[in-house]
Amino acid sequence: MSILVNKRTRVICQGFTGAQGTLHSQQALAYGTKLVGGVTPGKGGTKHLGQPVFDTVRDAVEATGATATVIYVPAPFCKDSILEAIAAGLKLVVCITEGIPTLDMLAIKARLSVSQTRLIGPNCPGVITPGECKIGIMPGDIHLPGKVGIVSRSGTLTYEAVKQTTDRGYGQSSCVGIGGDPIPGSHFIDILALFEKDPATEAIVMVGEIGGTAEEEAAAFIKDHVSKPVVSYIAGVTAPAGKRMGHAGAIIAGGKGTADEKFAALKSAGVRTVRSLAEIGSALAKVTGWK
Amino acid sequence: MNLHEYQAKQLFAEYGLPVSIGHAVDSPQAAVEAAKKIGGNRWVVKVQVHAGGRGKAGGVKLVNTTAEVEVFAKKWLGKRLVTIQTDEHGQPVSKVYVESCTDIDRELYLGAVIDRGSRRVVFMASTEGGVEIEKVAEETPEKIIRTIIDPFVGAQPYQGREIAFALGLKGDQVRQFTNLFINLARLFHECDCSLLEVNPLVITKAGDVHCLDAKVNIDGNALYRQKRLAAMHDASQEDEREGLAAKFNLNYVALDGNIGCMVNGAGLAMGTMDLVKLHGGKPANFLDVGGGANKESVGEAFKIILSDANVKAVLINIFGGIVSCVTIADGIIGAVTEVGVNVPVVVRFEGNNSKQGSARLAESGLNIIAAKSLVDAAKKVVKAAGSRA
Repeated sequence: MSILVNKRTRVICQGFTGAQGTLHSQQALAYGTKLVGGVTPGKGGTKHLGQPVFDTVRDAVEATGATATVIYVPAPFCKDSILEAIAAGLKLVVCITEGIPTLDMLAIKARLSVSQTRLIGPNCPGVITPGECKIGIMPGDIHLPGKVGIVSRSGTLTYEAVKQTTDRGYGQSSCVGIGGDPIPGSHFIDILALFEKDPATEAIVMVGEIGGTAEEEAAAFIKDHVSKPVVSYIAGVTAPAGKRMGHAGAIIAGGKGTADEKFAALKSAGVRTVRSLAEIGSALAKVTGWK
Repeated sequence: MNLHEYQAKQLFAEYGLPVSIGHAVDSPQAAVEAAKKIGGNRWVVKVQVHAGGRGKAGGVKLVNTTAEVEVFAKKWLGKRLVTIQTDEHGQPVSKVYVESCTDIDRELYLGAVIDRGSRRVVFMASTEGGVEIEKVAEETPEKIIRTIIDPFVGAQPYQGREIAFALGLKGDQVRQFTNLFINLARLFHECDCSLLEVNPLVITKAGDVHCLDAKVNIDGNALYRQKRLAAMHDASQEDEREGLAAKFNLNYVALDGNIGCMVNGAGLAMGTMDLVKLHGGKPANFLDVGGGANKESVGEAFKIILSDANVKAVLINIFGGIVSCVTIADGIIGAVTEVGVNVPVVVRFEGNNSKQGSARLAESGLNIIAAKSLVDAAKKVVKAAGSRA
């Protein structure tokens, strides 16, 4: 078991024939992902990487039976691409692109709230169920099928958590990058709820960072709804207030959104917090009793 | 991206929002001419910097003669203003705004932000104008009136009326405020704002609603479709290295420590800074070379880090996902060879081609300290910087 994606998930790619779409689709296919086609308007009817290309998402869904899509189109066109995927009824939309205007995301969020679609990202590494399905830009070879669910706002910090759980032999049930934007498609609590229900997930790693209150909301949710052990790391203790730290969403605004506030909220919710990102694996061992 | 007050007021005027007549000038003579053009015998002169707290720092003055206008402009143009919101060096003043004077009866607050919690644009108003709204929110939250903009239908007049009545406005003020509210919401959306603030919004002695100050932040992600606003960007208000880094698609934030950091990924870059601190060191900067790092951008990143004289050692922490550690290694070697480096450099490679990248560095013959792990890297760089007794 896993969350969001597995070996039966049929995936299409929007922005399939572009440089990013091509590179990461090749890697996804090599990983064994059931990437069944792609969409590039005007190139419908052709083939790319051995897979059919369609003009519209609706065409691609009808022809392939895909339930998931991954979006690599440039930021100015992402609102349109995400709305097209929602309109075509896809269950899962994973948007990797960084730099989408925040007002575009507000419109997308409003549309998502009246749809059956789940959006992961934007500005994220994607979603992977090790050994089954890789949707996104994460390096496949650091993953190991296993029992830890990982959810994170940061790409490379996810990789650090993955590596530590792989090195210890625990492996991952699924890993979800929710992205570094101020208005993400899915929030920590959405993914925590899925991990809680997933029988393959025995423990959860949550990697947060400064900015916003998603970690505080997650802490409240964990207290009431999560029975599995949770280890959490928050990046940005040393970040100065009022400065955007790379990610659009990583900013301490009006004195709010500090790492210390987040650590405190998680601690009081019974989460095992670590101040060093190198200690995620050892903290997992402590809370689970795993060797 | 921040706009100056004079730019924000120009934008306000275009959207039919009531602002004072004013001119931004860059010489004392032009300041005097501006005052004469405005007329009357009272003006407000304000330095134009990207920082709050100007009034208390002496950067805003009410003056009664054109001679005073000239003295103020002479005093500030070409100088730096230090306020509670700036660092000890302050912000450079290249423009002074000369504005007509407004007789104030009441000071109110009106602002709009993208609220991350509700995932909506939220307007906030308060009868407590002219003070920091964060303080009001903390101490007397009941004094803040909030209204949420529906993303499907936009701001509606009834919302403006509700706020106006809650602020105690009367008669024609209600109509004036409602218009102002609708136009401000239009500006927010059409200009891709991330924050708008009118603090204070005043009721004049004549009983009219008037925007005495204007603060506008534009969403950096939307600048590609806000070309006119993007052109208003004043690079002099930013750290020089931050501006340079942006040109190479690098995210750099200057800090006050002595350990330079070069990392891929914003989260890992923060995590690396935290790790340095945890092991007794002080990071000199945040720097994310990004997923699309290449030899050139790594080289530029290295130069930017080393241009900070405080840097006593450099930590390079790369978890290769898309980017190959060999690419980073080549960038480091290129930069070290080109600019010369006389501080210790500690490198930790993980992920994509990490072994090959480490081998490339070892073969280069350069004085680079290889680290086996995250903790090892942090310890080695702190030791190298000598920041630990």
